[in-house]
Amino acid sequence: MPILEAKNLTYTYSIGSPFEKTAIDHIDLQIEQGEFVGIIGHTGSGKSTLMQMMNGLLKPTEGTVLLNGQDIWRKGCDRRAVRFEVGLVFQYPEYQLFEETVYKDIAFGPKNMGLDEKEIDRRVRETAEAVGIAAELFEKPPYALSGGQKRRVAIAGVMAMEPKVLILDEPTAGLDPQGRTKILMQLAAYQKRTGCTVMLVSHSMEDVAKYVSKLLVLSQAKIVCFDTPANVFAQGDSLEEMGLALPQITRVFHNLRARGIDFDDEVYTVKYGAELLLKKLAERGGGSC
Amino acid sequence: MESLIKIENAHFSYPAAEENAKPVEVLKGVSLEFEHGELVAVLGHNGSGKSTLAKLLNAVLLPTEGKVTVAGMDTKDEENLLEIRQHVGMVFQNPDNQIVATIVEEDVAFGLENLGVPSDEMRVRVDQALQAVGMYAYRNHAPHQLSGGQKQRVAIAGIIAMRPDCIVLDEPTAMLDPQGRKEVMRTIKLLNRDYGITVILITHEMDEAAQCDRVIVVDHGTVRMDAPPEKVFSHVQEMRALGLDVPQPTELCDLLRKAGYHLDPEIMTPEACADAIAALLQ
Repeated sequence: MPILEAKNLTYTYSIGSPFEKTAIDHIDLQIEQGEFVGIIGHTGSGKSTLMQMMNGLLKPTEGTVLLNGQDIWRKGCDRRAVRFEVGLVFQYPEYQLFEETVYKDIAFGPKNMGLDEKEIDRRVRETAEAVGIAAELFEKPPYALSGGQKRRVAIAGVMAMEPKVLILDEPTAGLDPQGRTKILMQLAAYQKRTGCTVMLVSHSMEDVAKYVSKLLVLSQAKIVCFDTPANVFAQGDSLEEMGLALPQITRVFHNLRARGIDFDDEVYTVKYGAELLLKKLAERGGGSC
Repeated sequence: MESLIKIENAHFSYPAAEENAKPVEVLKGVSLEFEHGELVAVLGHNGSGKSTLAKLLNAVLLPTEGKVTVAGMDTKDEENLLEIRQHVGMVFQNPDNQIVATIVEEDVAFGLENLGVPSDEMRVRVDQALQAVGMYAYRNHAPHQLSGGQKQRVAIAGIIAMRPDCIVLDEPTAMLDPQGRKEVMRTIKLLNRDYGITVILITHEMDEAAQCDRVIVVDHGTVRMDAPPEKVFSHVQEMRALGLDVPQPTELCDLLRKAGYHLDPEIMTPEACADAIAALLQ
């Protein structure tokens, strides 16, 4: 059974007004336990609306969201509990830090879950470590941290609720290359260690391709594809037509293919690309000097 | 001809956050010159001092030591302030923070109103600026109906309506999607090429820097590299050590070179990379 499932899911904003707009249009989606899913799509494709329905922040206008097979909008469902199980990190979450200290801010979620002090302390320490926030920073006010640190504290705050599904909306936006890699590596390690499911919205395919097991591509309120990165990038031109940018490395290999130099596999990381090329160059048995 | 902007041994320190603490020195002796018509990218990791550097360029900040001159005018001299800001305009990261009016063309006119430009002249300048950024068709729209890329282009129009020699853009695409990024980059390059406006682009995106004529790399408050992009990105290890990246095609060629194959270290685009690899395989 998938951990999270959307059936015929639809959301329309401002129904009956001149601004009526269907942001998600009758989609079906199954997310399995332990998957690391990247979600891409241009602005207005419905990414954020979909994410907000997945943890019950928005009520679908049609269709259902199932968590562990149960409709989260069924009568008597404790939606607060749903939000503890499906944690959502918004865009620019550092603007939402509000507590006096870093420690208190990370502890806010677990505290609201009614956990005891000892358990809260364990969770704060564990998640702070997972995102690379040193214990020396615990008593500092959040505003004394750098932008990247604040971002990671905000992510830790959601992780500390130990959600089964962690959804992040553009967690790397506005960071420098090193900051982006750091957050993505920490998320990948966290996902591996806890076995939780991670869904990550991003504009940067180059960054995301390295880490995710599947990619969900949204365009005009519909799912265009939901597959492994290799199969998604194989579509090439149609992705660019949707206003999405292919990783540059993938474009190198598409360009080679157009010249009749083909490779068995789709390439979306530089390391793998170099590996394939070196193999091919060795087969030709020349050129090296 | 004198440089448009000249920075001589500029230092800058932010005052200490707490009493008895030392001031934080962000720029430690930067000397740079920007000529008319250049398209320059400034790269550096978060906290490297690149945004502080940008703010020195039109007297938003003044150097604590050293000197910045714009068209021969010292930015320290308060009498020059208005004229300096007309020479050098700034565009910031978040389009929502810099749009003030409720109609696109009124927003573009805002700067001109403050300069006291006569209204018939204003009409001409606003229309030209909106045409230059490809937003003329949206002149009567409300800014909130626009996409991020469109809003950023309106912000740019508001600056170029003041007819500056130079625009400084501080991570103008950081909050935009790939489509919006393309729009803004296209606009920036067009303003540089067709209107001769000097562009200084602060960015985290290596592929944007690759499209400029000159790349300046800032680290810990000093200039570490200043060269055309293909030269800067050919230093793959050094760029990594500075917390930066290189375009993926450059990285791929670097890996193949390490394995003993001859490839030009200055390859940046997927097309050039594919050309070189195809040649190797023949």
